[in-house]
Amino acid sequence: MTTISSPRPAVVPAPPPSSTAARRGRRSLRDWLRDGGLSTLVLALPMILVFGVFSWFPIGRALVMSVQETNLVSAAEFVGLDNFVYVLQDPLLGKAVRNTLWFALLALVFGYPLPLAAAVLMSEVRRLRGLYSALAYLPVVVPPVVAVLLWKFFYDPSETGVFNTMAGWVGLGPYPWLQNAGSAMPSLVLEATWAAAGGTVIIYLAALVGVRTELYEAAEVDGAGVWRKIWHVTLPQLRGVLFITLILQVIGTSQVFLEPFLFTGGGPNNATLTVLMLIYDYAFGSSLGGNYGAATALSLMLAGVLAALSAVYFRVTRPWSS
Amino acid sequence: MAAHTLERGIVSSHDRRRPTVRTSLGILQGGLLVTLVLVGLGPILWLAKAAVTPTQETLRDPLGLFPTGIDWANLATAWNRAEIDHYFVNTLIVAAGAWFFQLLVATTGGYVLSVLRPRYGNVIFGLVLATLFVPSVVLLVPLYLTILDVPIVHVSLLNTFWAVWLPMGASAFNVLLVKRFFDGLPREIFEAARVDGAGPFRLLWSIVLPMSKPILGVVSVFAVIAAWKDYLWPLLVLPDPDHQPLSVRLPAIAPYLELDVFLAALAISTVLPIALFLGFQRLFLSGAGLGGAVKG
Repeated sequence: MTTISSPRPAVVPAPPPSSTAARRGRRSLRDWLRDGGLSTLVLALPMILVFGVFSWFPIGRALVMSVQETNLVSAAEFVGLDNFVYVLQDPLLGKAVRNTLWFALLALVFGYPLPLAAAVLMSEVRRLRGLYSALAYLPVVVPPVVAVLLWKFFYDPSETGVFNTMAGWVGLGPYPWLQNAGSAMPSLVLEATWAAAGGTVIIYLAALVGVRTELYEAAEVDGAGVWRKIWHVTLPQLRGVLFITLILQVIGTSQVFLEPFLFTGGGPNNATLTVLMLIYDYAFGSSLGGNYGAATALSLMLAGVLAALSAVYFRVTRPWSS
Repeated sequence: MAAHTLERGIVSSHDRRRPTVRTSLGILQGGLLVTLVLVGLGPILWLAKAAVTPTQETLRDPLGLFPTGIDWANLATAWNRAEIDHYFVNTLIVAAGAWFFQLLVATTGGYVLSVLRPRYGNVIFGLVLATLFVPSVVLLVPLYLTILDVPIVHVSLLNTFWAVWLPMGASAFNVLLVKRFFDGLPREIFEAARVDGAGPFRLLWSIVLPMSKPILGVVSVFAVIAAWKDYLWPLLVLPDPDHQPLSVRLPAIAPYLELDVFLAALAISTVLPIALFLGFQRLFLSGAGLGGAVKG
């Protein structure tokens, strides 16, 4: 690396007593090189370039594009808030927002309490706990597209569809799962929950390891049963992680795309059209050229709502989440 | 302490010995196991069976436990005639490149931020962290336009694998994870290596990386799985079917395939992620638990 036997301080020249700005600049550049500044920069380059080009630049560009009319055909033109007005006046927006909220709400109802209950029960398992975790996590590693296509077959509306056969065992059905405006969304959420719940279970299990067990003994001395121990000892200590999974889930479900896109294409009659699908339609749905301005405007609005939501939630829960 | 936490759960060891507690706990946990098998494993086993069952039988009796005749030819047909082999290779290429770039950016970035610590490090770290708070939906359109015309060099990456590899490298989560791990390594070793004349590259390659195998494993596994799962982004930037991975091709070819061949194609696409999971279970599960801890 460096010459063998030259003690470093000896080769450093004493700083000149009065140096001009130019000379100081040159000297500090030499210092910077000697201290390995160049190799540090070279090592930082992959991060700077990749983040710069594929993250920071597009984020900045999103802000600019939302106030421009851009479609790659004609030159970009400043249009003020027209894109936002256009999006807000789109009759489909209300539908998409309601559907997305409905999806998020159903996903919470299906997917929030169940993993918690499963994790608490699993944390009490003495033997084969690894088997439980592996089974719970298995659906998470199935590629989402495969899961959706498989479930699409399960949801076959005919009497011999997989789910309809099961419903037939107890004398129900057949149901048009995905073809009916009312049942389409819950069907999507059911699949999405199946695909994601395992990840949440594992997060809870990891958090449960950290629960301070002395408190259980204290609770028992006070005569608490299992339910009261769970309610007063286990859950309060999981607050932090419960809050994180809630935020993560809301942020994830509000950007749902794959399920409605592949299951129903937003149908029947726009019953499963979500906000991200609307963004996709603005930008890529038309062969005549995308309305990129409207698409970015809507994504910024969605991001703004999510940021506000997390901020409010953080504020409300701060007293007891730390 | 560790042994103590293991012994003690919500139900005390004393209570565990009581017959009523024992039975009800046993019933609950047995019930949970059966449910997990049915719900977690069931659909996957069903897919495995349907992949080698003739179409007519799957349609007539979808929940029959055993196929009357096993049709191994489905798998071969899917692999060769439906060109699953080609898309499988594409998926491997996408995953391998995404793995390489995520690891490259995360290790060099984490190393610079944690060990070398230049003066501009804090600014960069702040900017990297800031991207964690930008939902991916914001990036969709502007990133697509960036791929069509990359700034400075002005080339289009459309229909090249770079369009998937490079944006996946910009993962703030990975940088954060690796930086935190490097932060926990003993500094004295770095100093000793420097005194022995190791430069920054040598220090990274011979000292830091070999000490960081656990975190590199977590990042690798998640990089490969994420690339395998991705749908919308490759759909946008790889419109040419010749370049498309399985996730993008499967929905497109579904209408043209016979059901049994299609289900065989789905099964083939699932084998590798499941094998990875079974092989590296510990990494997956510790990584998934880490997800909750770090994102907070």
